Amino acid sequence: MSDFFRNLDRRWIFLVMGLSVAIPMLMGVVFPEEPSQEVLDVFNAVEDLEDGSNILMAYDYDPASKGELEPMAAAFVRHCAEKTHKLYFITLWPAAIPMLQKNIEILNREYPEYTYGEHYVNLGFRPGNEGVIKVVVTDLKKLYGNDVAGTDLNELPMTANLKNIQGMDLIVNVSAGTPGTKEWVQYAGTPFDIKMVAGVTGVGYTPLVPYVPAQLTGVLGAIKAAAEYEEAVLQNYPELRKNPATQEGLRRMGPQLVAHMLIITLIIIGNIIFFMDRKRGVA
Amino acid sequence: MKRTVPLVIAAVTGFILIASYFIPYAQSWGEEAMIWFDILAAIAFVLGGGNLLKMHLQKISNRRAGWGFSIVTISAFLITLFIGLSKMGVNPAEKFPEWSWSGDYLQEGGGFKWMYDFIYLPLAATMFSLLAFYIASAAFRAFRAKNTEALILLGTAFIVLFGRTYAGIYVSQPIIDGLASITGAEVESLMSLRLDRITSTITQVFILAGNRAITIGIALGIVSLSLKVLMGVDRSYLGSEE
Amino acid sequence: MTDRVSWTVALLAIAVAVVGLSERPAMAQATLDNKSEAKAESPPVEEAETEPKPGNPPQPPSDVTAIDRPDDAGTGIIVKWSLSPDDVAKVDEGQTRKVIRYEILRQVDGQDDFTLAGEANFQKSSFNDLKCDPNSSYIYQVVAVENEDSKSTPAAAATEVSPVMQWWDTRRTWFLVILLMVCGAVIQFIRLARAGRSLKVRKIAGLEAVNEAVGRATEMGRSCLFIPGILDINDMQTVAGITVLSRVAGLAAEYGASLEVPTSRSLVMTTARETVQAAYLGAGRPDAYNEDNIYYLTDEQFGYVAGVTGTMVRDKPAACFYMGAFFAESLILAETGNSIGAIQVAGTAMPSQLPFFVAACDYTLIGEEFFAASAYLSGEEHQLGSLKGQDVGKMIGVTLVVVGCLVASLASLSGGDNALHDVVSFLTDNVLGDKGFLP
Repeated sequence: MSDFFRNLDRRWIFLVMGLSVAIPMLMGVVFPEEPSQEVLDVFNAVEDLEDGSNILMAYDYDPASKGELEPMAAAFVRHCAEKTHKLYFITLWPAAIPMLQKNIEILNREYPEYTYGEHYVNLGFRPGNEGVIKVVVTDLKKLYGNDVAGTDLNELPMTANLKNIQGMDLIVNVSAGTPGTKEWVQYAGTPFDIKMVAGVTGVGYTPLVPYVPAQLTGVLGAIKAAAEYEEAVLQNYPELRKNPATQEGLRRMGPQLVAHMLIITLIIIGNIIFFMDRKRGVA
Repeated sequence: MKRTVPLVIAAVTGFILIASYFIPYAQSWGEEAMIWFDILAAIAFVLGGGNLLKMHLQKISNRRAGWGFSIVTISAFLITLFIGLSKMGVNPAEKFPEWSWSGDYLQEGGGFKWMYDFIYLPLAATMFSLLAFYIASAAFRAFRAKNTEALILLGTAFIVLFGRTYAGIYVSQPIIDGLASITGAEVESLMSLRLDRITSTITQVFILAGNRAITIGIALGIVSLSLKVLMGVDRSYLGSEE
Repeated sequence: MTDRVSWTVALLAIAVAVVGLSERPAMAQATLDNKSEAKAESPPVEEAETEPKPGNPPQPPSDVTAIDRPDDAGTGIIVKWSLSPDDVAKVDEGQTRKVIRYEILRQVDGQDDFTLAGEANFQKSSFNDLKCDPNSSYIYQVVAVENEDSKSTPAAAATEVSPVMQWWDTRRTWFLVILLMVCGAVIQFIRLARAGRSLKVRKIAGLEAVNEAVGRATEMGRSCLFIPGILDINDMQTVAGITVLSRVAGLAAEYGASLEVPTSRSLVMTTARETVQAAYLGAGRPDAYNEDNIYYLTDEQFGYVAGVTGTMVRDKPAACFYMGAFFAESLILAETGNSIGAIQVAGTAMPSQLPFFVAACDYTLIGEEFFAASAYLSGEEHQLGSLKGQDVGKMIGVTLVVVGCLVASLASLSGGDNALHDVVSFLTDNVLGDKGFLP
């Protein structure tokens, strides 16, 4: 047995990991979640705004990180729509354009009272990475003359008098990397004192903690925080529970638990083998 | 001359961008410089694409090992380029119905969107999900309690792995309830011992401290290297030994 | 000659800043005059009625003032007002808001019409008009709006105000001071090193291992693989990676090892080619240089990773160098390199990826060590001097942290308003904040 683990082919590990994720997902295992203070800080940043506030939805993620970030992106959209906030969708990633569209489809499907141009607008993507932020923070129309459909921004009620994003009440950034939250904080949030919250992948969370709470009101880190945020939204807006799409993050916590237990088991087995070998070596 | 001109351009542009941060009137200069870089990068796309084609075409014509993969690469490249540029399957935009190419290239039902949804999206998600498998194999191979520091690291890893799932609450809540009943303390006062709360504490105190130190060091390293590049002290990026 | 050019440009930039600073007092006074004039000529505030009458338009706001927005390029004016008495914080159940927004109107250069400059939500009492021209003068009015058919009378405009261009952003003065201290230290130590002063730098294991890694690849008859990260050449991590590439290429040329550099950006490919070619030339092996070994794959992150890992599994390089900015692909690359038995040296300034490299690679350069790599590998004294300058920067940081924590702790223990609280406020608001150079 110990020889088997000592010379374990990594493909066995891959197989067990695959099953650990697939089986709970197929069985639909869901665990209860309790929103932590960090998540509540983000929730309250949106909730405490007056209805109809202006929110910049900066979604900078691609299909690779969709699994981890889409639940929180969707939760943000639903939460803001419940508060009837005005949403300005923008992205710095070319591959995020369909991600924006998918989130806007939530508004079209579930919030028919939301009208394009009056309650939300899709500014889309412009190349330039953080250079885009530097421009839109002083003169948005220098880069964005039109929205994604080619409509002149001067013709839309929401953007007709919009000089730049300094008047935004909140920036909601969902980011998978660079350019992302750090750039929004460095070039928009901090220099121009615009309140900001973010949702990032697990690895992107710890570098952003230094920015909380002075420069970032709060950060959601990984699918766990997304599940907690969904729970916070559902607790405050219980009618949303009828819609299964509002619990995507919660559904993904089942596979996460099993996978984590597998990793712990592997580490323990690896260390047992290590100590056995060390003892044999000493003996 | 070949080395001096790029150095002068780098120095002048660099110092102008630094100045623009402090002088409100010059703020737009920094934005202009960024737009110039974007233009350069966009033109460089053509360079890179041309190099890709050249390399793989040479591999195919010389029948070097793996030339079959090169055929796949070039086919995918050209098909994607053609479908994207020609906007196959894309209807004209409502505002400009007389222009057949006025629709958005990512329009629902279009060829490019189909490729994005059914080829690019699953491939990208698959590559990202490889991480889960590699994490497990790296954990099995590399996480050994060789010394005290490694032991502390492992302990922290276990706490965080538990704390980031429901298992953390499931395992630690009964322990806290038990402790409360033994000591007579309020459950609420012992909640900071729950694994998910400990995870938060580890993240927001210990990891934060380490990250801040690393970030300060990185920022200083960037300042130092940037200054050397702007002043022409470090010219290895130009490919020069001088 | 190049140093002189750089110095000249830097001095010019500083001279412009000094000229701007010297002109500030006059402009500031003009601004103050505007402020006081605006305040003096504000119309008398009408007696506000306490209960809104249904069916009547909302009551107007009052005390409208307009001042030049400080620290800008003369394009901003801040308009402030007191809320309309009908603009209440909380609306009773079943009631609708009497005031839903404010419209800010402005008249430019004495023209007849007032045009809409912008809007502010209810309960907001200020608006930044950023569409101003420093050569024009403006008069503002503020209107409380219930709906399109129900608007208050315009609150009387403040006197004319002209935006003023400031040549210096005073909020960033302390940032400049600290920056000059750090840069000055770097420059000073470079000069000292050039003057012949010997500087001691600790050993960095990862960089010591570069020779070993390339040598191992040469002995095994296998190639070296160098990955300069996945960001473009405008990122300092990529520049740092390219500077390390220069040294690795020189070693590879010297030992006769083959070096492959797949890049994720076209500009990086171009730069890497120049760098490697020069390194081979410098090692006296221009014939061994093959530009096809430095090639572009794709900008797309996971497409690039797929290409590189495919290369690793097929070609089985003996040494893999990961030097630059990496994201989620770091573990995929490192684990694949581990599976083919390569010696791996990584260096990145992405804190989130460092744990993966540390776990999976043989040597890892952590953050600052990576930026020190080019100086360390060159062995040139004046480059090593810059490392000392970085240490001065760290000392400044540590001093601020220690002094700040000490003073803040004493201030909170002492209680009440005293000099310690003033020092803490000065440090947080002025030195580390954006409230200007002096309190």
